[in-house]
Amino acid sequence: MVLRTDSICKKFGSLDVARNISIELPRGARYALIGPNGAGKTTFINLITGQLKPDSGRILLEGSDVTRIGTADRVRKGLTRTFQINTLFPDLTPLEAVTLAVCEREGLSGQFWRSLATHRDAIEESHAILTRLGLADVATRPTRNLAYGQQRLVEIALALATKPKVLLLDEPAAGVPKDESAMLFRVVASLPEEMAVLFIEHDMEIVFSFASRVIVLVAGGVLLEAGPDEVKEDPRVREVYLGSGHG
Amino acid sequence: MSIFHATGDTSQPVSWIRQRNRWSIFGILFWLATLLPFYFFPAYLGLANQVAIAALFALSVDLVLGYAGIVTLGHAMFFGLGAYTAGILSARYGWGEPISGLLLGGLVAAAVGYVASFLIVRVQHLALIMVTLGLGLLTYELANAMSWLTGGTDGLMGISTWQIFGTFRFDLWGYTAYSYSLAVLFLCFLACRLIVNSSFGLSLRGVRENVKRMPAIGSDYKWHLRKVYTISAGIAGIAGALLTQTTNTVTLEVLSFQRSADVVVMLILGGTGRLYGAIIGAIIFLIARDQLAGINPQYWFLWIGILLMFVVLFMPKGILGGLSRLIRREE
Repeated sequence: MVLRTDSICKKFGSLDVARNISIELPRGARYALIGPNGAGKTTFINLITGQLKPDSGRILLEGSDVTRIGTADRVRKGLTRTFQINTLFPDLTPLEAVTLAVCEREGLSGQFWRSLATHRDAIEESHAILTRLGLADVATRPTRNLAYGQQRLVEIALALATKPKVLLLDEPAAGVPKDESAMLFRVVASLPEEMAVLFIEHDMEIVFSFASRVIVLVAGGVLLEAGPDEVKEDPRVREVYLGSGHG
Repeated sequence: MSIFHATGDTSQPVSWIRQRNRWSIFGILFWLATLLPFYFFPAYLGLANQVAIAALFALSVDLVLGYAGIVTLGHAMFFGLGAYTAGILSARYGWGEPISGLLLGGLVAAAVGYVASFLIVRVQHLALIMVTLGLGLLTYELANAMSWLTGGTDGLMGISTWQIFGTFRFDLWGYTAYSYSLAVLFLCFLACRLIVNSSFGLSLRGVRENVKRMPAIGSDYKWHLRKVYTISAGIAGIAGALLTQTTNTVTLEVLSFQRSADVVVMLILGGTGRLYGAIIGAIIFLIARDQLAGINPQYWFLWIGILLMFVVLFMPKGILGGLSRLIRREE
């Protein structure tokens, strides 16, 4: 297992936002995390990546406990996320932003005595990532001038620059028109095979076509973890989504 | 996805980045223009020297304020530390060699800056301004209380600066003083230019643009902030030492809140985050003060206030930001 969580619990006041969440992501996983609004999906990602601290439970990355280390250290160990709302560097160009992430990974970001242009490998790598995501043409425009869908791709490019072993995608296609969201998920599908990917997504069509396994989160707890076909047929899931009954 | 037209040759990312960092014709003309006072305004070399020192100080503040987004109202403490270090070295220990005094002034300020930086990176926004302000006031009162060392309100007496490289004597008209300050300003400018164009400079821009994203790309950004704060303190110290050496006096004024505030005004006038803005701001501020104080010594700050409001309202990126927008539009 690349990533494992052991009975993660978190309360906001008296509200349970995470109840005993235990999941396992194997190498090459393409897992979806679904659930109704307010089920605690983003909170769970915040807990895994360290933006929030769990009240109890453990997070294991390749067997080593990362529960108590900071977000940046987890990223350097290969646990990276993207954000549901674009969290980018508006005045940097994608080329600069991704180069920044590569330099941070390679430990070059503290070197103030060498011009950035001398870090040829970092720049070429950054450009290669952007090319792979179809952003080569806009790589040298300020990020704020990019179309929204392109900015969503820059989110993913920034995450890829950290060379993640586990990539958590928080609604990668949030706010993107439907025809473009399929394109975004083709990018997700073409990520390196050995990378473990967990993504949050609302569009069930996309979930069932891209996920090899689905985790259903309801009211901070795991309702069900199963293959897409099984989840599709499960009466409890139908109830949660279709709202028949008051469960 | 919509199709965009690329700007520049995007298939050559390395050369695109190199091209961004190269010298512009305006930069070269600007530095040539700094030699004009020698030939056209020899009576104003003293003022030119003050401008060069203020510009160096503003440059140091631009590194933290313009590039890393640390708003500071107490940077005079580092300027003053450099000034007093050079002064005490000469007045109390009889060592007036300028280059070593300059370096020691920078080192002392950088060392104190390094210690202070641990406090600085813990706070943000209003608390950050208050901490910088508090540290500045604290240093001022400390220097006041330690009058046996600093001369207190009377100022430090008996400073004499030796010839530069044992050859160039400081003259009455300020030829040597301005040459010396201009050379130091230029060298520090080159250093700052290298810093902001490095991968470290890119990280600082990342911090300024979106500090919350930095941990998520694996960045230990607080270390970057401590580093730039230390470098900035060192440059401010060098500027202070320059003032001591070219005027042979140090008073408590070097540590005053007024000096911390003036330098921020210069930066806002010139434009933050572009290095040249710091220098242009210092030129405008000090020339305006010189000219306006000649008309009415009491109310000259009124005009600076009006100028400041005009710039903030109509040129939010400073005078240099406004100019560069005009030039781009003409092209």
